[in-house]
Amino acid sequence: MKKNDLILAGTVLVFAAVILIFQLFRNDGGEHLVEISVGGERFGTYDLTDNRTIEVGGTNRVVIEDGAAHMEWADCPDQICVNHRAVSKNGESIICLPNQVVVTVVSPEESELDAVAQ
Amino acid sequence: MKSKAAYFGVFTALALIFSYVETLIPIQFGVPGIKLGLANLIIVIVLYKTDWREALLLSVVRIILAGFIFGSLFSIIYSLAGGILSLAVMALLKRTDRFSVAGISIAGGVCHNIGQLIVAMVVVETYQVGYYLPVLLIAGLITGAVIGAIAGEVLKRIRDLSFQ
Repeated sequence: MKKNDLILAGTVLVFAAVILIFQLFRNDGGEHLVEISVGGERFGTYDLTDNRTIEVGGTNRVVIEDGAAHMEWADCPDQICVNHRAVSKNGESIICLPNQVVVTVVSPEESELDAVAQ
Repeated sequence: MKSKAAYFGVFTALALIFSYVETLIPIQFGVPGIKLGLANLIIVIVLYKTDWREALLLSVVRIILAGFIFGSLFSIIYSLAGGILSLAVMALLKRTDRFSVAGISIAGGVCHNIGQLIVAMVVVETYQVGYYLPVLLIAGLITGAVIGAIAGEVLKRIRDLSFQ
């Protein structure tokens, strides 16, 4: 280990910590919405307090229960999104890369007004 | 020249075996994309024992073969982005001569994750993927340090060998 190695490692660590702290202190509180998009297009926005099951284009199934959303089923080969823990905090997301499905928790302000909470 | 091709074949086989060993490790970290990157051990050693061209070729060949055998077209694209960015940064840092194997491997691990994250952002057309950035940075740091430590030990022991 040279001194420069430690400086490099320290820089990465500090950088990661700063982003992490920024994420933690970002407006978190109040109600949350779950936004689902497919291939960058908005699919729908749902209330996180509303227990329900959402079929996303026949390839994925998102379940919202107890204030958290998780991917119940997906037809993709890797199943990473299905194994992903449930999301409930602002900015958290589950992403199914093969099907390009993104499930994100957003605050009502972030979500546009024209997206009707179904 | 002949022996160079033979060495390249051996390195490719080794990298593939490490890719396979990695698929046997059943640890889920809760965040997609985090793994030890054992195959990168071979890439780092080749980078040190030969030159960056060999390492780049090996990296690309390894990723495509491993992708077809253990992964999917998607994993090939992600790995390629990560692998190429990682190798470019490692080769550049090595050239400056200011870092040891550990530092170069750390930079490689971190850049590997950044490369994959960039592709993920482009594919799903969302910046939300950036949420993973801190976790992936730290993961790259740790795996890079582990790989770097092992590579350093191996390089110390094969100092007298030449693969040119």
